[in-house]
Amino acid sequence: MAAAPNTAHRVAYTINGVIRVATVEPGVTLLDLLREEFDLTGTKKGCDHGQCGACTVLMNGHRINSCLVLAVSRSGSVVTTIEGIGTSDGLHPLQEAFVKHDALQCGYCTPGQICSAIGLISEGTAKTRDEIREGMSGNLCRCGAYTGIVDAIEEVMAAVSDAESLP
Amino acid sequence: MDQEQTVTGKSIFRIDGPPKVRGEAKYAAEYKVPDLLHAYVVTASIAKGRILSIDLSAARQFPGVVEILSHKNRPWFWPVSFLYKDAAGPPGKPFMPLYDDRVHFSGQPVALVIAESYEAARDAAALVGVTYKAEPHATDLARSPAFIPRKHRIGVAPVPHPTGDADRAFASAPVKIEAAYTTSPENHHPMELFATTVEWGDNIVTVYDKTQSPKSVELFLKVAFRLIGRKVRVVSSYVGGGFGLGLRPQQSVFLAVMAAKSLKRSVRLVLPRDHMFALGYRANTVQTVSLAADEKGRLQAIRHKAIAATSQFEDAQDPILLFSASLYRCDNVKLNYELAKLDTVSPCDMRAPGAATGMFALESAMDELAYALGADPLALRLTNYTERDQSENRPFSSKALRECYAQGSERFGWDKRSHAPRSMREDKELIGWGMATGAWEAAMSPAPARAEVRLRSDGKFEVTSSITDIGTGTYTILSQIAADELETPIERIVVRLGDSALPFNPIQGGSWTAATSGAAVQSACRKLKAKITSQAKKAGVLDRRPGTELLSASALADLLKLRRGGELSATGTMFSPPFGKRFSSATHAAVFAEVRVDEELSVVRVTRIVCAVAAGRILNPTTARSQIIGATVMGIGKALHEDTAYDHNLGRCMAHSFGDYHIPSNADVYDIDVVFVDETDTQVSPLGVKGVGEIGVVAVAPAIANAIFHATGQRMRDLPITIDRLARARSRAS
Ligand code: FES
Ligand code: FES
Repeated sequence: MAAAPNTAHRVAYTINGVIRVATVEPGVTLLDLLREEFDLTGTKKGCDHGQCGACTVLMNGHRINSCLVLAVSRSGSVVTTIEGIGTSDGLHPLQEAFVKHDALQCGYCTPGQICSAIGLISEGTAKTRDEIREGMSGNLCRCGAYTGIVDAIEEVMAAVSDAESLP
Repeated sequence: MDQEQTVTGKSIFRIDGPPKVRGEAKYAAEYKVPDLLHAYVVTASIAKGRILSIDLSAARQFPGVVEILSHKNRPWFWPVSFLYKDAAGPPGKPFMPLYDDRVHFSGQPVALVIAESYEAARDAAALVGVTYKAEPHATDLARSPAFIPRKHRIGVAPVPHPTGDADRAFASAPVKIEAAYTTSPENHHPMELFATTVEWGDNIVTVYDKTQSPKSVELFLKVAFRLIGRKVRVVSSYVGGGFGLGLRPQQSVFLAVMAAKSLKRSVRLVLPRDHMFALGYRANTVQTVSLAADEKGRLQAIRHKAIAATSQFEDAQDPILLFSASLYRCDNVKLNYELAKLDTVSPCDMRAPGAATGMFALESAMDELAYALGADPLALRLTNYTERDQSENRPFSSKALRECYAQGSERFGWDKRSHAPRSMREDKELIGWGMATGAWEAAMSPAPARAEVRLRSDGKFEVTSSITDIGTGTYTILSQIAADELETPIERIVVRLGDSALPFNPIQGGSWTAATSGAAVQSACRKLKAKITSQAKKAGVLDRRPGTELLSASALADLLKLRRGGELSATGTMFSPPFGKRFSSATHAAVFAEVRVDEELSVVRVTRIVCAVAAGRILNPTTARSQIIGATVMGIGKALHEDTAYDHNLGRCMAHSFGDYHIPSNADVYDIDVVFVDETDTQVSPLGVKGVGEIGVVAVAPAIANAIFHATGQRMRDLPITIDRLARARSRAS
């Protein structure tokens, strides 16, 4: 990302537990910073307009559309992307449930769905299938894997309320 | 191997699931390439005319801009259009971006800005000033003259010939209906943006592309850009959905390679969502259907006329009328298929092209006829059931549609339906139940497919094929087929796909991948198994006790050691079946839908759908079910939301984002129940497979429209059935 020296800014983010710094132009979104600069391409771009949810990441624990955040504006934040979910040899329960319920086809919306679902569960407001549907409606899936997505989230949600917290 | 141990036909989890849920699967725009430039397209703001001038002064000065290409300074092209033909192109002259000063459609690329960063390219593109000389345009199908296409599109079934005398039979029949239906243009909108990353090298050009056919993109690029001496490799290991839009080499790959070639640099082009409206669309149609029956409901005449949109430069054709002559028993059938030229990009096959629009009209008309007769809509279908394809006068290779009706209606509870419209309600909502029949071709690819399987030194079998997996489950089903053929656990199968350097496969479309590419894998595995068995016998390492694998990992390792590293491999080829089939082959579906319509607000909710499908052998019920569910969701969009609305004054598509082009969201989708009906078919393909990619979408829109009629008493003949259309129909009626 070439930058004209007079307009570029230094930013620092803690991404998946690692502090990352970069020099960015004011017009660069957090999404493009992640994908182009940090090569964290698990976060997807589906619209760049906050309309599809493919770019969903967790910022300071909340789900956000990273395409709507200018990288310069939230420097210092803690960001979790799909690459920071699950461990190197194990899948996060939601990742596992997505595979088990075949809650994906092409997989392009999937990282955003999973990050969004983690956000949804920790918000704790959705209890029923209808509420899950509503709460997940910011994440479009053109492959139409919605029923599987709701099944996966419902299953993990039930396990969480049993154990009171996510593993 | 006995039935117990086989994995084909079982619900195996998608093997590409783990890399996808981890975010590790790489799509076209995600490959790290050194020294990468970024491109952004400037698009035409008029629908028709000429470019008079392009002012680049401001854009060129924008920091980071490297080059701006237009028709004036682009690299040389072959001036003959047939060299730009592709495997899925219709008759006509394919569109070539930046070819000359002519504007053929609004949204057409007119310049390409290439810069050091994505942001610089995007922002500089906004500074490019183009002046045009506009000419009168036509984008309104209803006002454009229709014609019968002179050249038939290869690969699309021709319109069936007329039988009997439909006009006379219609005139004299006691019960009849005639109605006009329209369908709006729709866009595919896979979630992944169309993107290409070109890694430019002196000897090899690697193109990471979003396509449904790496092989045809490779061939296209070699010819179109005269890269004949160079090695061109097109990689599409993961494709974020296609739905038909990736069947042809897209504008993105054309422009990215053009930029890379002229700068001798690596270039990435990601099209923004608004540009994806101008890549291709499902043709909008105007249709008329006339149906006549005797008092018992037996069809006496079917007339179906369709006029579909196409561009000025290509005659795109879809099998809209394909099933109008073969789905029901009727001696008098007359079909007319015409096109009308519009100043738009060419339509591009979209999931169940043709059938999804034609069957909306036919199956809505069948519902209208049922009400004209006072008959149950399902009973009317059964009255006219046919075991033979009358239009071709031959039997079906198999047809378990009757079982689809039976199992689907039972699962749905159709027998509890009250016949009269507006007879079911709960609180403020009117409830409606509707049904429709679906059909789609069960075809093998007309082009051959190849696959290779190799025994690796680690004892695993590697299956390779250039076919893509656009979310369809191809990785998974090919693993299953290989595991069974090689009599080995699926864990020992590795599948590599989506790379033009791998064995040739045709485009991934037509629902034929499982049958065609699957058969190539089957054949390769059989050959390799024979090879291994004979060599292992000679080497004395064969263990053929019942219940054991063909060869244990250690025996295979011994065998490879004896061969001193020489690898064992085999290639299989699936040739298209010979012409002049003795039977017709089709997949069938029966879809039952429940809608709830808010009486005051006209908001429609599709609360329940049962889809019973007969598609021959189902290789993996899990991934196949997802295909049907996904297609059903797309059908809901077609029925209620999706409309690439045009401003005909400007000749411009008014939708430019998901904010104004609505696709179903999670909250729009309730229960979808899929039933696979048993259907054994030994003739349709070597694996007995018919394909499930498209059948799911066909009957959804008519089933929903029929359910809306049942709920409200309003017959909605124009798709999509939006809230305002339904509200207007209601106020007209009252
Ligand atoms: S890319 Fe951010 S919401 Fe679509
Ligand atoms: S899995 Fe393809 S868009 Fe959701």
